[in-house]
Amino acid sequence: MRKIGVVVFPGTNCERDVFHVLSDVLHIETEYIWHDRQDLDGFAGLVLPGGFSYGDRLRAGVIAAHSPIIHQVKKIAKDGVPVLGICNGFQILIESGLLPGALVKNERLNFVCKWIDAKVKNTTTPFTKLFQKNQQIRMPVAHGEGRYVADGLTIKRLRQKNQIVLSFLNENPNGSAESIAAICNPEGNVVGMMPHPERASEGVLSPVAACIDGSTFFRSLMHYLGEAYST
Amino acid sequence: MSALTANEISHLRKSLRRHPTETEFQMVTAQWSEHCSYKSSRKDISQLPLSRTRIGLNGGFDAGLIEIGNDLVLTVRIESHNHPSAIEPYGGAATGVGGVVRDILSAGTRPIALMNGLRFGNINGNNPKVNQHTRWLLRNVVRGISDYGNCIGVPTIGGELEFDKSFDNYCLVDVLCIGLSKTSEVVPNFADTEDLIFLLGGSTGRDGIHGAAFASAGLNREDRSAVQIPDPFLKKILIEAILEAVEKGYINAMKDLGGGGLACCLSETSYSLGKGFDVDLSRVRLREEGMTPTEILISESQERMFLIAGKENRESLEKIFAKYEVGYSIIGKVCSGHNIKIRHHSKVIADIPSQIVACAPLLNRRSAYPSYLRKKAATKLHLPKNLSPILLDLLGTPNLCNRSWIYEQFDSEVGLRTVLRPGEGDSSILRLVDGKYVAMSLDGNCRRCYLDPYQGTLGCLSEAVRNVICSGASPVGLVDHLQFGSPENPEVFWTFKQSIAAIKDYCDAFKLPVIGGKVSFYNEKNDSPIKPSPVIGAIGIGDKLENIGKARLSPRCHIFVIGSTKEELGGSEYYLSFHKSEGGKVPRVDFAEDKRNALAVSDLIANGVVKGVHDCSKGGIAIALAESAINGNTGFDVDLSLAPNTCDRIDSLMFSESNSRYVVITERPKEVSEILTNFKSRIYCRKIGHTSDSAANDTVQYRNGNQILVNLELEKLRLAYNNSLENMLNDVGI
Repeated sequence: MRKIGVVVFPGTNCERDVFHVLSDVLHIETEYIWHDRQDLDGFAGLVLPGGFSYGDRLRAGVIAAHSPIIHQVKKIAKDGVPVLGICNGFQILIESGLLPGALVKNERLNFVCKWIDAKVKNTTTPFTKLFQKNQQIRMPVAHGEGRYVADGLTIKRLRQKNQIVLSFLNENPNGSAESIAAICNPEGNVVGMMPHPERASEGVLSPVAACIDGSTFFRSLMHYLGEAYST
Repeated sequence: MSALTANEISHLRKSLRRHPTETEFQMVTAQWSEHCSYKSSRKDISQLPLSRTRIGLNGGFDAGLIEIGNDLVLTVRIESHNHPSAIEPYGGAATGVGGVVRDILSAGTRPIALMNGLRFGNINGNNPKVNQHTRWLLRNVVRGISDYGNCIGVPTIGGELEFDKSFDNYCLVDVLCIGLSKTSEVVPNFADTEDLIFLLGGSTGRDGIHGAAFASAGLNREDRSAVQIPDPFLKKILIEAILEAVEKGYINAMKDLGGGGLACCLSETSYSLGKGFDVDLSRVRLREEGMTPTEILISESQERMFLIAGKENRESLEKIFAKYEVGYSIIGKVCSGHNIKIRHHSKVIADIPSQIVACAPLLNRRSAYPSYLRKKAATKLHLPKNLSPILLDLLGTPNLCNRSWIYEQFDSEVGLRTVLRPGEGDSSILRLVDGKYVAMSLDGNCRRCYLDPYQGTLGCLSEAVRNVICSGASPVGLVDHLQFGSPENPEVFWTFKQSIAAIKDYCDAFKLPVIGGKVSFYNEKNDSPIKPSPVIGAIGIGDKLENIGKARLSPRCHIFVIGSTKEELGGSEYYLSFHKSEGGKVPRVDFAEDKRNALAVSDLIANGVVKGVHDCSKGGIAIALAESAINGNTGFDVDLSLAPNTCDRIDSLMFSESNSRYVVITERPKEVSEILTNFKSRIYCRKIGHTSDSAANDTVQYRNGNQILVNLELEKLRLAYNNSLENMLNDVGI
């Protein structure tokens, strides 16, 4: 089996959660990647987990986006390796230019932690293959800077190229343009999302009847990588 | 600022048999402050049944340790940061979180959850200036906790909030932290001669100078320099670096730098380890130039940890610190004897037995029955005709309304342990391993404690334990945070002693240990003391996650009330908000009934026959039912006269806050009745009604026999409950 890397910067704080779900719940070979590592050979996929890399100083994700490992991430992303950025990971992917647009302070200016409804709009990415098109799912968000903004042209392109992966349903918790909750690059292998799929991967932790919608993102990845997984 | 008294100075000279040096004098002054020495309270708190398994050493009590099996231990600690939060709410609250996290870290345990207890002045009272100030404090305290806790990746899983005019222009910010670790990895806390002393983390500056002294006097002037500066990012990497070192077993002893800074840390650690220290202050990393040795010793700069490690581990430790890019210096070593020797460059500026510094002479404070209690006679209050508007008003009062505006700002889920989030149950629940879980509840009630500090404190204890019971857990320990005005005021001190007596009696009756606690005096603004505000945390352990019910109604269920409702409305929300009365008879705790009902409810939950249990507390049965209906999006029809009670009036039956009561929601009424009827002792329990069949056009109905007391659409209740805190906070026009 080929292994998945979980990239850790100083201040990342969801790495153990993602590791737990990949390794203990889904039994996928997983390894932490400390931010000073020189090469990413042998990783079949990467997850940049949430947290506050470098304390969100300057703005969320910007310092991590300039650390050396991001060159390696960019390199393997270009080769088509699936890369998932969750929350702060999404912010890092945006700041590093792997994904377009910007994530700014939530419209209400407060941090928001709650379970939300979302709709899966793109089921062709390695992380969303196992969803049905327009499937409604539930997951929690937890962020202060998650409001997706971009100029009109960028938004138009995102729509045209099917790059909007998830959009918020019923309630837009942060004021994102087009209720965007997740986007991908034109090739679809780099996905950034504000909701936390790792927090919706075990029924016991769910506030609504045993919801494990989040685990489908990781199971999709394994499916994509050619392995059959049942949990 | 409170310096040493003449008595204390002469005590110091006698013990030393010489004049102290300037540095020694300053160390002793910091350590003998009320904040660090507990000199007023120690005699009383020593009566409490403290847990036998304690670790660390921190002022009065210590971070408590609970062994939970599976080679795991939990640590629990509660702290407050009241003075700093009152003048700089953002930084004060944030560093409050930081301080308690360091206490948990000192034991070598990973902080896994935070809770908070917050108290503010009026937010919708008659004085617009006070309202505005409260809004400013509340917004910034919440933001401070949110920014700090979220950044360090420790979930905030619950808390409690109270508004009362005695906190006008002031606030209480209590933070509780829970830690988890393997038993074998808990820091052993020993030191050998020649071991190295590391100071790790933040550099030392002039922030927080005299913080301990600042917290040991009433708040009469705003000394911002006594407030420390938070740095959650540094704390996060400090946590990871330390836990990596702990896991490898490199650390012999550890302590955080909090109140009184390095001075108190050195004296308390040296005293508890029974070893001498030889420390050179010129090796401390400074962030400001020209700091005097005294300033270095008593600075309360944040994010600093004190580590003792064997020489052989020096290189390995230095590698870990380099990996995480955490600053450190080796400031000295452990030596034989019991003296703390402090140098500045080559000059010895202090050489004093740690026992003298660490053990302040204790005081005998006078106590006297408060004169205000003689005046608080109950008045005859009229019986309102229409109860519907009263119910709606109560649901929207600051003390009862929905708190989601606050807790949605806290990351409550990071760490993947949170099973019940804030607002979902009576206690917060974290899963541990193998289906085991910990349930935590934090409770306080300043108005009842004001009217009757003994029964009021018992009520807080009973409520905290009830909340844990509602989550199907067995209580294993308590933490207390005793917050009062000046101990020099005999009337305040009397209320403190009553509170201690209540905790002692409750713990004896229920055989529960106090596993941690804290005393905070001098909570006064302009010489006006706060209402007595003990805050009690109960910790429970459960092992059947699948049996946990939520405090919400679901369709086609039967509603039972366990426990008797009495005419006990003193300090109730109903009296305060409708009758504007602060008098009356405070709910009493009947130990036998309290225990009986708790056992019965535990039995019901263990048998898996209930859908949910909700504790009846603030706002009485009426509010407990309304909250469950709103949370479960399901209406109900109940006949309150069926509930066990000795009330003379229907409004009392609705809103009395008698202790030891539970609302039980079940789909299996026969089994519930059967279990309760066959229970080994008599349980006061009746079925009072049922929930709606469906959620369409749902209503809630309270009856007194056939007489309809309240019939309202659920949506109206929801609006009253959900929007009020946000509206009060956004009320910028006033």
